[in-house]
Amino acid sequence: MGWIVGIDVGGTFTDLIGIEPQLGRVALAKVPTTLDNQAFGVLAALEKGGIALDQTDMIVHGTTTTTNALLERKVAKIGLITTKGFRDSLELGRRTRPQAYGLTGSFEPLVPRQWRLEVPERMDADGDVVIALDEAAVRQAAEQLKAAGCEALVIHFLHSYINPSHEKRALQIAAEVWPNRYITAGHQLLSEYREYERGTTACVNASVQPVLHRYIERLNGELKGKGFGRDLLVMQGNGGTIAAGIVSEAAVNTVMSGPASGVMAAAYTARAAGLPNVITYDMGGTSSDVGLIQDGVPQVSSELELEYAMPIHVPMVDVHTIGAGGGSIAFINEAGMLQVGPESAGARPGPICYGRGGTRPTITDANLVLGRLNPEGLLAVDSKVSLQDVKTAIDRDVGQPLGIGTDEAAAAILRIANDKMAGAIRMVSLSRGHDPRDFALFAFGGAGPLHAAALARELGIPKLLIPARPGITNALGCVVADLRHDYVKTVNKPLSVLEDGLVAKVLADQIAEGRATLARDGVEVEEVQVLHSADMQFQGQSHLLTVAVGDPNIGRDALQKAFEAAYWQRFEVELPEIRAVLVNLHTAVIGRRPRLSLDRLLAAEPAKDVAGAKKGSRKVWYDAGGWQETPVYDRERLPRGADFTGPAILEQLDTTVVIDPGNRVHVDTLGNLIVAVTAE
Amino acid sequence: MAKKPIDPVTPIDPVTLVVIQNGLQQVCNEMDLAFCRAAFSPVISEALDRSDGIYHGETGELIAQGELGLPVFVGTMQFSTQAVIERARNTPMLKPRPGDVYIVNDPYLGGTHLMDVRFVKPFFYRGRLFSWLSNTGHWPDIGGMVPGGFSANATEVEQEGLRLPPVKLYKEGVLDQEILSIILSNIRIADQRIGDIKAQAAALTIGEKRLTALLDRYGADVVEQAIEELKQRASQQMRARIRTIPDGVYQGEAVVDSDGVVDEPLLIRMKVTKTGEELHFDMTGSSPPCRGPMNSVIATTYSSIYLAVKHIFPDVPINAGTFEPLKITDPHGTFLYAKYPRPVSGCAAEVSQRIAEAVFNALVQAMPDRLFAAPAGTSGNLALGGYDPKRDRSYVMYVISGGGYGGWHGGDGISNGCSTIGISKTTPIEVMEQYYPVLFEEYSLHEGSGGAGQHRGGFGVNYTIRLRRGEARASMVMDHGRTGPRGVLGGEDGGLNTVAIETAQPDGTRIYVPPHLSKDQDIEIRVGDRLRVSTPGGGGYGDPAKRDPAEIARDIERGYYTPEQVRARFGVAPPKGTSGPVKSAAE
Repeated sequence: MGWIVGIDVGGTFTDLIGIEPQLGRVALAKVPTTLDNQAFGVLAALEKGGIALDQTDMIVHGTTTTTNALLERKVAKIGLITTKGFRDSLELGRRTRPQAYGLTGSFEPLVPRQWRLEVPERMDADGDVVIALDEAAVRQAAEQLKAAGCEALVIHFLHSYINPSHEKRALQIAAEVWPNRYITAGHQLLSEYREYERGTTACVNASVQPVLHRYIERLNGELKGKGFGRDLLVMQGNGGTIAAGIVSEAAVNTVMSGPASGVMAAAYTARAAGLPNVITYDMGGTSSDVGLIQDGVPQVSSELELEYAMPIHVPMVDVHTIGAGGGSIAFINEAGMLQVGPESAGARPGPICYGRGGTRPTITDANLVLGRLNPEGLLAVDSKVSLQDVKTAIDRDVGQPLGIGTDEAAAAILRIANDKMAGAIRMVSLSRGHDPRDFALFAFGGAGPLHAAALARELGIPKLLIPARPGITNALGCVVADLRHDYVKTVNKPLSVLEDGLVAKVLADQIAEGRATLARDGVEVEEVQVLHSADMQFQGQSHLLTVAVGDPNIGRDALQKAFEAAYWQRFEVELPEIRAVLVNLHTAVIGRRPRLSLDRLLAAEPAKDVAGAKKGSRKVWYDAGGWQETPVYDRERLPRGADFTGPAILEQLDTTVVIDPGNRVHVDTLGNLIVAVTAE
Repeated sequence: MAKKPIDPVTPIDPVTLVVIQNGLQQVCNEMDLAFCRAAFSPVISEALDRSDGIYHGETGELIAQGELGLPVFVGTMQFSTQAVIERARNTPMLKPRPGDVYIVNDPYLGGTHLMDVRFVKPFFYRGRLFSWLSNTGHWPDIGGMVPGGFSANATEVEQEGLRLPPVKLYKEGVLDQEILSIILSNIRIADQRIGDIKAQAAALTIGEKRLTALLDRYGADVVEQAIEELKQRASQQMRARIRTIPDGVYQGEAVVDSDGVVDEPLLIRMKVTKTGEELHFDMTGSSPPCRGPMNSVIATTYSSIYLAVKHIFPDVPINAGTFEPLKITDPHGTFLYAKYPRPVSGCAAEVSQRIAEAVFNALVQAMPDRLFAAPAGTSGNLALGGYDPKRDRSYVMYVISGGGYGGWHGGDGISNGCSTIGISKTTPIEVMEQYYPVLFEEYSLHEGSGGAGQHRGGFGVNYTIRLRRGEARASMVMDHGRTGPRGVLGGEDGGLNTVAIETAQPDGTRIYVPPHLSKDQDIEIRVGDRLRVSTPGGGGYGDPAKRDPAEIARDIERGYYTPEQVRARFGVAPPKGTSGPVKSAAE
């Protein structure tokens, strides 16, 4: 058995983890991301990691190709064929504005109006044909869009989720005309009602399909040229992988796959560490991602809005982005109050201490001044700024206006930042129906482990889990991810009138489709797991509550009971007088890959005791008690099974971990840190 | 950057102050969340037509308000909470006790229209009345002559629905079944309302728990100091923003088509005087109170001015201090200060938006690089009530719509933007057709409706509904049917709102247009009839002749304007080589 390699392309770095199970070898690499063509960075990472491609069994690749293409609007030119009378649905949206307050802003639909063509056809909400499909019009429209130079085509008809026959026929006709296979019909991606969201999802798919296809083809070619002859898998937003050969059919599924990988790695690691319920916190330079894992399973949602008015309604790991990261800027507003963010210095100019021209103090600068980050480590990178420069800026922008000293000002920046981040995490958790105190906090990303203890304390979370490799967690997610395909179908009927056997039929169809796709992936799996859930509501409500469905032959009474129980758990309200409605049925078909052991992610030769891993000490500031002399340890060398108590600083290549005074640390057998957080 | 030092009014430390500010905000956000997640009415859960806040124990002044609440409630809940406090002081049986929840929807007691039902709960901390927690939810029906409550031609408030003075719906934690049964006997679709009532009360309970935790942690004294300090700071922040406006007197105007009963326009005159750090709003000269339901109660008038200013300075946090530098002369004797029994159902959805528009219209002259031309600014309320023989049930279908926003210094207006006072999305057509016996034949961009300008207005929407079964009656309260949203700085006004009902007859199609253009009630709709609505476009910003020719070419290519419209309205020849729009392959 050869190498299993995970490669995740992030905004700044491309990370690699390779595991070679037989000899127990582990390869790690971090190289700069090559934005124009991510494939160069991928190849560089493979080279740096010393991975022999002819001895590699599998590469699992997380790419931001589609996400970036959408955010930068570097997408394919696409055309739309739609129901007569409704070509503007995708431009008009659902009557919104970018912000609750303020009446300015702008929006450009993915398909400009002149390339949205209408054809006579109409279904009603029962799936009955009101107007027959004008086949000649479809052909003519496809010809017209082809002549206009559109590369990909979208077919989107009203009510296709209930009866896709018009879309299917139009697909056949268009395929006869269209010069390539880039044709997307709305019902193929999701059989869910709401025309704007389904149509936009289809347009997103079409607009990134050629971009992803070309990228994967090129990468695959490069890899083959270097001797790779086995499976290339691509990470999807649902936290599962798919074979490279079929990934671009539903290219939209790869959007937001980076954050999903992180959460998958967290689920895998936390399960191994015996912590089934965790909140994941990935703090980077400009923003932070929060996810929720319950009973070892990452929460999945299909309600992503990638940016203003760009809903993407395919199932994805539910990751919520908070606008706070290491680069968030601290300033005093007109009310004389200290604020941190949402404005960010980002990677450029970045925090002052990066020496790239940043002049306004950030969270990272505050961490540096307080000794939480090693001043020598950071500032040595570039000698253009000194620690004094950073202090002067904090003093000027925060200390003096508030009439407090430099240290207090830096501490205030962290306190406010942590307070806001904790509030945001709380809202994410509550809006998904969970009390954060019932979870452990899994902190990763470059800055997550610096703030984790303070966040946990603020949220009343008793335990922290800091993985062996916080800075390359997404690549780990690639290594451990299973194959996964998700399906959804709208039913939207009160349980009282639901036909017997309908649920079982829908779920059976979805299972069959999933198994067929797994077969097309052509990758060996250990077992196939199927998960079902139902979106339900009380009649008259609009919010949905998702209920796990164990047995696909579930009856109406059991569904009603499961829903009432879930409702009680969430809202503590009982409403026996109102009927329940079954809205959507979800199926996830998961091909489990063989488990990999993660116990070699840290250096093979740890010190024999904690003291042996100590590499020095420095003064570090803590909220309780101010400056304290603090031992600094080499994280890589901490022995497995070790226990010790903070204060401590743990340094490793990809991050710095701060252990507050009094917090107890246990290094588990995989090298993860389990930290018991003491209350204030 | 040098900052003007702030002199604190209390000894609280500056970091704790920010932490408590965030904490109070968090309490409100969690109430907002709890309310909308558990609510039944889509108008609350999906359209977010609700708001939650914390109010001062003695004065009822706003302390903090949820960020996810409906904009028009920015100021009103303070007034309704104050009305409850005053009643409770003077009425022995209304004396507040822990666990009580007052219900009130009286428009004249700090309200909006009857559909906005407020719950007000005294918050006790260690036995002392510390503050009030209040929320508002828009109920889908409150009784009255029209399903949904948006009557177009009521002439007294009794016709608009059930009016509740402050009464205790919950008494020391127990729901009063007698009051509940009176309410449920007087509203439509009553069976689902218990879900909303429980959700609305539960949100306040969440607020109570979270506020208690905050006080436990920081101490009641410190939090009280922080509240006082935060009020001063918000006021200073608002004053700092106002300083950026040049001193002067700015006149703005907005027009309501009619009151729905008397077919005459209603004028809002808005004189905004900026001196130093204060803005003064004077509506003298506006039209007198009207017979129909387009009157505004004073709380809504204030709130509309507050929300307009919040739209101009979005990042200033909201508490009582924010409003302190905004001085308003009560518009006695005008339709903007309605007294009992004037009908008011149009105030929250329509008149409020015209008031905000008048503020924008005045201040755009002072701050052309911050403001915008008028947005469509109508909620486009349409209610279709009828009987569906196939499903053997009665129904009421509500349609709301957006329109174009005004052009602004940085670009064109957004198309189909939400009402100024709302944040709610429209219901998808695929969802409406599942529930009601209608077929939408069109949902399209209202071509040409964006007012011409250097930066043109956004476009409104056209939709056509055909009744498939049974019979129905349509009512609507819309606006801008007579005059379009105003253009500014040389820009053209936005396109008009239109309504028409088409009935096929043996001798051709009969078309009915409401006499008041945008408002009508109980129009008979039969199977096969078509109801056509077009919503307004936004006003144009700046001289149309200065528009970038490349943008004009693009507008023509996309079919936003015809070449003829470009010639006539932008005063320029359409660029060579631009062809007309392509829409359908079959045509």
